[in-house]
Amino acid sequence: MKSVKTTLTSMVAVATLGLSVQAVAGPTLDAVVKKGFVQCGISDGLPGFSYADDKGQFRGIDVDVCRGVAAALFGDATKVRFSPLTAKERFTALQSGEVDMLSRNTTWTSSRDSGMGLNFAGVNYYDGQGFLVSTKLGVKSAKELDGAAVCIQAGTTTELNLTDYFRANGMKYTPITYDKSDETVKALEAGRCDVLTSDQSQLYAQRIKLANPNDYVVLPEVISKEPLGPVVRQGDDEWFNIVRWTLFAMVNAEELGVTSANVEDMAKNSQNPDVRRMLGAEGEYGKDLRLPKDWAVQIVKQVGNYGEMFERNVGKNSELKIERGLNALWNQGGLQYAPPIR
Amino acid sequence: MDTHIFKPDLKRPLLSVGALGWLRTNLFSNWFNTLLTLFSLYLIWLVVPPIVKWAIIDADWVGTTRADCTSEGACWVFIKMRFAQFMYGFYPHELRWRVDLTVIAAIVGAAPLFVRAMPRKLIYGAFFLVAYPALAFWLLHGGFLGLVAVPTSQWGGLMLTLVIAVVGIAGAMPLGILLALGRRSDMPAIRVICVTFIEFWRGVPLITVLFMSSVMLPLFLPEHVSIDKLLRALLAVMLFEAAYIAEVVRGGLQAIPKGQYEAAAAMGLGYWRSMGLVILPQALKLVIPGIVNTFIALFKDTSLVIIIGLFDLLNSIHQATVDPAWLGFATEGYVFAALVFWIFCFGMSRYSMSIERRLDRGHKR
Amino acid sequence: MQTTARVQPARSSLLRDPKFRGLVFQILAVFTVVGIGWYLFQNTQSNLAQRGITSGFGFLNNTAGFGILQSLIDYTETDTYGRVFVIGLLNTLLVSGLGIFFATLIGFVIGIARLSPNWLLSRLATVYIEIFRNIPPLLQIFFWYFAVLRAMPAPRASYEFFDAIYLNIRGLYLPSPIPADGFNVFAIALLAACVAIVLVARWARKRREATGQLFPTPAVAIGLLVALPGLAALVAGNPVTWSVPELRGFNFVGGLVVIPELVALTLALTLYTAAFIAENVRSGIQAVSHGQTEAARSLGLRPRHILRLVIIPQALRVIIPPLTSQYLNLAKNSSLAAAIGYPDLVSLFAGTVLNQTGQAIETIAITMSVYLAISLSISLLMNWYNKRIALVER
Repeated sequence: MKSVKTTLTSMVAVATLGLSVQAVAGPTLDAVVKKGFVQCGISDGLPGFSYADDKGQFRGIDVDVCRGVAAALFGDATKVRFSPLTAKERFTALQSGEVDMLSRNTTWTSSRDSGMGLNFAGVNYYDGQGFLVSTKLGVKSAKELDGAAVCIQAGTTTELNLTDYFRANGMKYTPITYDKSDETVKALEAGRCDVLTSDQSQLYAQRIKLANPNDYVVLPEVISKEPLGPVVRQGDDEWFNIVRWTLFAMVNAEELGVTSANVEDMAKNSQNPDVRRMLGAEGEYGKDLRLPKDWAVQIVKQVGNYGEMFERNVGKNSELKIERGLNALWNQGGLQYAPPIR
Repeated sequence: MDTHIFKPDLKRPLLSVGALGWLRTNLFSNWFNTLLTLFSLYLIWLVVPPIVKWAIIDADWVGTTRADCTSEGACWVFIKMRFAQFMYGFYPHELRWRVDLTVIAAIVGAAPLFVRAMPRKLIYGAFFLVAYPALAFWLLHGGFLGLVAVPTSQWGGLMLTLVIAVVGIAGAMPLGILLALGRRSDMPAIRVICVTFIEFWRGVPLITVLFMSSVMLPLFLPEHVSIDKLLRALLAVMLFEAAYIAEVVRGGLQAIPKGQYEAAAAMGLGYWRSMGLVILPQALKLVIPGIVNTFIALFKDTSLVIIIGLFDLLNSIHQATVDPAWLGFATEGYVFAALVFWIFCFGMSRYSMSIERRLDRGHKR
Repeated sequence: MQTTARVQPARSSLLRDPKFRGLVFQILAVFTVVGIGWYLFQNTQSNLAQRGITSGFGFLNNTAGFGILQSLIDYTETDTYGRVFVIGLLNTLLVSGLGIFFATLIGFVIGIARLSPNWLLSRLATVYIEIFRNIPPLLQIFFWYFAVLRAMPAPRASYEFFDAIYLNIRGLYLPSPIPADGFNVFAIALLAACVAIVLVARWARKRREATGQLFPTPAVAIGLLVALPGLAALVAGNPVTWSVPELRGFNFVGGLVVIPELVALTLALTLYTAAFIAENVRSGIQAVSHGQTEAARSLGLRPRHILRLVIIPQALRVIIPPLTSQYLNLAKNSSLAAAIGYPDLVSLFAGTVLNQTGQAIETIAITMSVYLAISLSISLLMNWYNKRIALVER
């Protein structure tokens, strides 16, 4: 018996040592501050959104949202750790507290917002589902796709939208579903399917993964609404607000012409009351969020405003070259609109 | 008297000795055999020349970019350029010496165990088993005693494959042995628990177990307790392998003659002592080949962690093949992966066979 | 004296009584197991409740709303998750069944080839075994999938056979039978032929055991299979009409399609498992003592009869137990389908359905139980077969 006991105790000891259990008490914010970094769930590889470059550094607009939160909270955008998650793992990882926030090109839907115990903090990219086809097929519109074989990533909203679209238009299709988006690209290239369907932003990202990108076109039809944004756990409003206003600060900064280059100057010298409130020169708006006074300065300085983030990762200055489109500011014909800071 | 005139030596029977004779008995003994030989030759002709042409003759070996791969054959430049990533994953460049050192420590540390004349092998082995994991954890993960921490999310490549396989089997051993003892226990409740446990893990595919560890485990644990993703996978692998080890060890326990059990009891040894001092040392020695075979199976199974998004050797290669800079070289990647896995598995299977032969001899004596 | 000797142990502390200790130990173990189970259950319950995650099996009645590449039963997007489960299960069974069949076939051939007196052939078999069993099956699946895909032409450039069979990257298109007027009679005739074959085989075996005379069972079986249904077709009219695939738009329509995912998966599982089976067969045959061969030869049996009637039946007793575990492995490895998009139980149910519903616990639990059930059934079946062919000591 004695040896059993010692084995048990040693097993327990080993278990506690090895598990590196992070016992986190109370709301997310306290826990994050205590451990000193944000644990952020991102995609397992999607150019422009979240992917590891050849040095293993994570980049993309989803990554930048996390970095923005870290900048606001700690004044240091590097105080964030990333957990690449598969589509399957993402919600459980957030629900179980393994990550503090999820920024993984996730579509905001009612069932996810309610039935899964999640809260969407905003939209960092307005997307819609589209089709990528080979120019050889000579297809000009998605309406001509009757009978086509379609490659899709499993377990996404795209899978359901696709069905709806084909049913609504009385067309038939053969679905070929893969676990990873990379495989859908490979299959399209091999000719296993005629069409690849996914969120349009992803189509642009996937197109550059093809050997001859010019042989493929994205069809004009957008068949769904896909608002993508960061997600937090339901029931923690404090943390929810921080993530949400980090995003809003970036959009507001662009609207007010604050960029990473001029933010420090603006913080000192700007006479615009909107800018002064946002950058902490007037009022105590950070305090209500339980953030430092210069929270927005840090976000813009280290990560940039929304426009900078967009162009750097998916827009003009990236390989994807996606137009602003729906993601332009509201006063430039887009949908990006942030409530004022006051 | 007639003088005996020696007749000249007969010529060697050309067709039954020497090279021709060998050919005749082994390849062309009758029409059916000849047919088989021709069929085999046809198969070889069908398979080997294209492979040799693709992999060696037409292959590109020198260069640094995709543009250097101009010929028809394989582009080994791709493997060459990405080799470091396949070995270390995203482990920081300047810290990779730590991985190398871990491997060297393993080889140097374990080498004496394979020297048959080495004295006090058991004590040294026990010391190695305790000290090495601690050293390896310190080197690989760091974060204390002066080494910078490298989070497991940056581990990858062959290094991660080895970590999963080795830690998986090492962790599974104690549990597996306990389960095997439990299955042979004369206490019905213990037996039922162990049998259920073993049969459950052996009955389900490793993929679902990995899914469970990656998707469900967090829901089983109290709120806000989170376990590192790699550790969860390791836990899953350990539980899974423990069931297989248990069956292997049970085989060894059954092979020990009853007299040994009785002798141990007659010495007045209690259950744990008779097991620990008499039965297990003999049984475990018997099942070394079985354990090595389990390890080979596990080593191959580590490739499944691709499904839960860990960057092991296969997944690192997979990632590299979708890099726009190196598109279209998936075959080279997979062939390289196959080669690495094959070398490890084949080597270990030979080792297991040699032990088997050695143990066999011991018993026949 | 005797009584005191008996009473003695009872007097000493209860703790020293092995029976009592065993009991305590068992109770402790049961409590620990139940306790851990209860702890996990409680955690899960509170986690689910706190995070507002739906639970229960109600989702099985919800509409799935996505398409499936291959289903053996009728399926439309408006069917339920429950039906998706059945489709996934059938697809898993299909690929496992095919894999087991072909792996056994190839495994036996390679195993016997390995023992062939032909040096070249036995070396080739060895090379095959050493290569295929030392490479992870997942890698082999990837390899075959992309090799199969790469080798096939686009739909418009299909290989064509008899204007009815087409082969291209989307699969192998075969004509599929549609029951017509004479179908019932035809089916009954087919069934009758099968029953007759079983009866004949039994009778032939009994006769062989009694008299030693051989009966050409295979030839008779083939004859019955052709004659009876053929007669029925003549009498009752055409049993089936054929739906022939034709190219319409992007792809072929009609007929039956064998998708490349199924081919690649079957191929990979077959070749991988066959390498192991071949080794089992070899060791099984080698376990039959050489005296048996010599005895059979001195009885005047022909070589092929020696193999079929003397060696294999005895070798089977050694082969069956490891063969069982190879079958189990194959069934479990079929879950690797997820990697190449073959809609098996894991990729369809534990993948897509899990993701659409977010009910991880229920889907994984169902999936695991199904595999357990499959494993147990294969074990039971093979145990039954093993018992049947076990040596009957006379």
